[in-house]
Amino acid sequence: MNWGSAAEFFAMGGYGFYVWGSFAVTAACLLAEPLLVRARQRRALEQVRAGTGGDAGRHAGGHETAA
Amino acid sequence: MNGAAWTPALAAVVRRDLLLAARRKSDALVTLGFFVIVASLFPLGIGPEPELLKRVAPGVLWVAALLATLLALPRLFAADHEDGTLEQAALAPVPLTLLAIGKVLAHWLVTGLPLAVVAPLLALQYGLPADAIGVLVVSLLLGTPVLSLIGAIGAALTLGTRGGAVLLALLVLPLYVPALVFGAGAVDARLAGLSPAANLSLLGACLALAAAAAPWACAAAIRIALE
Amino acid sequence: MSLYHYASPQHFYPLAGRMVPWFAWLAAVSAALGLWIGFFVAPTDAQQGEAYRIIFVHVPASWLSMFLYLVMAGWAGLGLVLNTRLSSMMAQALAPTGALFAFLSLWSGALWGRPTWGTYWVWDARLTSELVLFFLYLGYMALNAAIEDPRRADKASGLLALVGVVNVPIIYFSVQWWNTLHQGASVSLTRAPSMAAAMLAGMLAMAFAFWMYSFAVSLARVRAIILEREAHLDWARDLRGVKR
Repeated sequence: MNWGSAAEFFAMGGYGFYVWGSFAVTAACLLAEPLLVRARQRRALEQVRAGTGGDAGRHAGGHETAA
Repeated sequence: MNGAAWTPALAAVVRRDLLLAARRKSDALVTLGFFVIVASLFPLGIGPEPELLKRVAPGVLWVAALLATLLALPRLFAADHEDGTLEQAALAPVPLTLLAIGKVLAHWLVTGLPLAVVAPLLALQYGLPADAIGVLVVSLLLGTPVLSLIGAIGAALTLGTRGGAVLLALLVLPLYVPALVFGAGAVDARLAGLSPAANLSLLGACLALAAAAAPWACAAAIRIALE
Repeated sequence: MSLYHYASPQHFYPLAGRMVPWFAWLAAVSAALGLWIGFFVAPTDAQQGEAYRIIFVHVPASWLSMFLYLVMAGWAGLGLVLNTRLSSMMAQALAPTGALFAFLSLWSGALWGRPTWGTYWVWDARLTSELVLFFLYLGYMALNAAIEDPRRADKASGLLALVGVVNVPIIYFSVQWWNTLHQGASVSLTRAPSMAAAMLAGMLAMAFAFWMYSFAVSLARVRAIILEREAHLDWARDLRGVKR
């Protein structure tokens, strides 16, 4: 083990701001990204439900079978 | 149509574009004007101290030339695209790469070459010594064609898109880094008393690579835009 | 069942859906391992103190940003040559994640630079190249977004990715050149502390974690992209999640 106490761990030898600044932002981004993708997936499903996605979204309505 | 017909076809493309540019005049003048203005703004921003200006001159002048080249790029294919000339050219028996080469050559003659010609005057404003000015001109002569060639790919890719010129800049500027580094680096080397040969040869290599690959990529991009 | 079966977005969609949780778990486990090694096993560095521990996110993020760009360009190229839309969709799914790692590499690099070299930004060859790579990602995503027709967007951004991938080594070389000529102002950030075995192990574990994470997120994202583009087709409407 490297750390005598939790306080030492958080202080990171005085570099806490930099070390935790890096790890925290990384963790935040890597947690936010999947959430954003999930939101995008939900919006896409909504589009399918509403019939507004894909070609229908770009031109006027209607549906077709996959080629 | 065999290969023998390509030279006259190329000449025709270049001549046409030069004629169009001569009639409009705005392209060449705007590019030059922008170059001069940007180069003149920097000292106002950073102060007139001669030593400082001499040190930043290679980079500043090169960046100014780079930005000026960017200005004229969106119009490279846009007019022909709008009036259908580009489509006709794609259907012609002459390869589209030839058209790309021709247009880029004309573009460079109208925008890039004048930059290299005017640069010495601006270099004097920055207090560059004569030998460094010589290297600057050579670096611009080698470098501006690279900028035109790579820029043409961007221009073809962004034909008809929203965001036009700004998008073009975003796409193309990262790709300009090597030319900028070697071009400005050559002048820097001369200023430091070293030989600019290495930088200039690398710049020449960039030009060779761009001349070989860019027209092909450009033609591919034009075809994509015409779909 | 041949591989070509899964080249169709319709068939790849459920396959990707089954793969995502596996990769997510692999990512979580290896991240836990990497973090444990990084904080509790790897010793303090003699020169940089605890600040060097940033290496456990900085270097993996850099590696992934570069690796993902290659993979993205590969898929984009495949889509361009074979005219397969799923390949292009995969490339588009990778871009945001790659850009994110490039950003994290820059961010962690800046925070590493401050205590060790005194400034938040150093024009270190690798950081500068990373910045250019970040712009290449942004350009790809911007071009994609700017073109209305999805097939034309696929091809245009695909071509851009290929042009970019050819340029990346040239750009890196030129920036290295530039950096060594202007030495004195900057020292390489990633001249890492002499690599104790534990440090290397931690870095590799984190790199693996980021890699698994990329798989999971981009597979999930490609599912969303598939739905967005194929929403008008019957198979999409017949999905279990759609019917209320």
